[in-house]
Amino acid sequence: MRDIAVISFAQTPARRSVPELNEVEMLMPAVHDALTQVDMTIDDIGFTCSGSTDYLAGTAFSFVSTLDAVGPWPPIQESHVEMDGAWALYEAWVKLQLGEIDTALVYAYAKSSPGDLPMVLTRQLDPITVGPLWADSVSLAALQARSLIDSGKATEADMAEVVARSRKDALNNPKAQLAWDRSAEDHLATDYHIAPLRKGDCPPITDGAAAIVLAAGDVARSKVKRPAWIRGIDHRVDPIHLGLRDLTVSESTRIAAEKAGVADGKVDIAELHAPFSHQELILKEAIGLGDDVAINPSGGALAANAMMTAGLIRIGEVATRISNGEADRGVAHATSGPCLQQNLVTVLEGDA
Amino acid sequence: MPEIQLPASLADVEPVRSVRTPAQLDYTFTAGDATTRFLKGITQKKIIGQQANPDSRVYVPARGADPELGAATPIEVEVAQVGTVTSFCVVNLQFYGSGMEIPYTSALIMLDGADLSIMHLIQEIPADQVRIGMRVEAVWRDDADIEPTLESIKWFRPTGEPDDVNVRIPGEIRGTGLGSWVGGVAPTELTVRNPRTGEGGTAEFGGEG
Amino acid sequence: MCDAVTDQTEVGEILSAPLIIEYPFKRTTGPIIGAFLTGLREQVLVGSKAEDGRVIVPPAEFDPVSGNDLTELVEVGPEGVITTWAWVTEPHAKHALDDPFAWILVKLDGADTPMLGALKAPTMDVVATGARVKPVWADEREGHIDDIAHWVLVEGDAA
Repeated sequence: MRDIAVISFAQTPARRSVPELNEVEMLMPAVHDALTQVDMTIDDIGFTCSGSTDYLAGTAFSFVSTLDAVGPWPPIQESHVEMDGAWALYEAWVKLQLGEIDTALVYAYAKSSPGDLPMVLTRQLDPITVGPLWADSVSLAALQARSLIDSGKATEADMAEVVARSRKDALNNPKAQLAWDRSAEDHLATDYHIAPLRKGDCPPITDGAAAIVLAAGDVARSKVKRPAWIRGIDHRVDPIHLGLRDLTVSESTRIAAEKAGVADGKVDIAELHAPFSHQELILKEAIGLGDDVAINPSGGALAANAMMTAGLIRIGEVATRISNGEADRGVAHATSGPCLQQNLVTVLEGDA
Repeated sequence: MPEIQLPASLADVEPVRSVRTPAQLDYTFTAGDATTRFLKGITQKKIIGQQANPDSRVYVPARGADPELGAATPIEVEVAQVGTVTSFCVVNLQFYGSGMEIPYTSALIMLDGADLSIMHLIQEIPADQVRIGMRVEAVWRDDADIEPTLESIKWFRPTGEPDDVNVRIPGEIRGTGLGSWVGGVAPTELTVRNPRTGEGGTAEFGGEG
Repeated sequence: MCDAVTDQTEVGEILSAPLIIEYPFKRTTGPIIGAFLTGLREQVLVGSKAEDGRVIVPPAEFDPVSGNDLTELVEVGPEGVITTWAWVTEPHAKHALDDPFAWILVKLDGADTPMLGALKAPTMDVVATGARVKPVWADEREGHIDDIAHWVLVEGDAA
């Protein structure tokens, strides 16, 4: 395996709505920032890969026009996934492993504000037996939360602790959309939104973008003092039908974490892409994280959840903390689909 | 196809083979900065392009990014309302929702001062007389009907000027766009000059080599 | 001509407009999902028997473990038990029920995996995991998931 590292990370401020910018206008600052941090231009990049979905804003093939943000001329090597940008990063990592190139740019973006996001997301469900019911993403997450509570593995109070800690940690994240210091008890005193979920258990709807630059070996070392090396990365998927899954566990995450080698060393921090509070508890168990691991110091997806982007941001948040010396080894998790359907786990590490 | 074993209750009924699953999604499309500027220009009967710097290409309509430079396009430039047909097609099909009388002509029009063609209709000339190089001008709706939409320009019509025999295909000068493919050669990093670094490119694609 | 008008002036109000996207899909079902929809039209619920003997509802076309074709369809239900539920206080216009309702995963009698449905119930207090439910069929059925208008609790089995 080649040594591949995250050498820069940038994100736009997460906001409920960014009407004054189209998608490429919103994305450009993140791409420029990520490249500028390491004194690079698109001409220094061997491969560009992006993650987004056109359903969010209802603009077909928007991913083609957002490519304008990077200056893709003469024609560059590029690709796109209709998945979270973490999967675009995986594709770029594979391309780097082939050894033909030494650098890659990965970006992701979402404008969810033009549409009715929970309803838009119903289009990812089975189109014949589930899609026509318009079972929105929050309702499906609530079914999962109830399963978890019924199983005795977690309580609403446990979920409330996740909510309170995440939003409080987000106070230290200048890019966060929701951040406050309110107790778990205050959260439990609020009304149900879609029971057993309260509004606070749910992620915000976010417009935003993020970008990461990857580099191999000596190129990475020449660009940054402490590259965040990708020591393991793996992704897995659970069945599309919720009925075929035990919703209280995330088997695909468990296997991805095992294959990525999470258990091969001490984990200092973990950024888990858990859009709903109870999902952090499921993921923590699936990945095998102990209570000594700092989970979601950025505030996680409860603080900002740009679709197709929040997973890539988890990788960036871990990499940043490794590069600045806050952590030596960390785990980043990304998810897509209803109730943690698809999961990707990355293990990042800094040199001693 | 494998043999399916049905329960007795379904053995003798007409099987369902297809299902209609219509879906409608409602959005509020927001134009963003660049398109809003363009459309507000239209309401003043101006056609406004954008460019990244005074020497870079002028995009009409602009999306806010220069794809050659990968840079924002903060400079607004008013371009002419006359231009040259760079390509066209004659439409002989009645599309759903279109009130156009067929045949009609859709054309790419390079407005004077712009580096990107806009697509619009050509009218006031028989479809079989439209040609590349023809000079055309915008025909606006009545002032009272001007709205922030490109449909405020009803169509383009011939100006009567002589054809531009040196018609500039979009991108030809810098080896980008449609022109790059003339001659049947695809643009590649080897043949096309890099607009950011000025490096590379064979002569026919804007480079020195 | 072509002079720079200005560096950017204030753009002011950003323009916006309604955008409605319609997907008028007609989908080919294949024989397994077709049989499930045929059953709905005939007020019969069916699942497919997996290689390990589990009955999967809605029927799976392929074995979830081996990926082999599943070809044996068996009748299940029509009653079943709630395996999990969520209470919707403010139904969306696209939802089948206008009043507050519960999404349920319901494991039908004879089935091993639950399916999704909407449960009509007066309040969330009467809904519980383990409660028995039955389908209410639409008056006009055409072989569509909406042929089940909604689900209701089986009387005498209130939680």
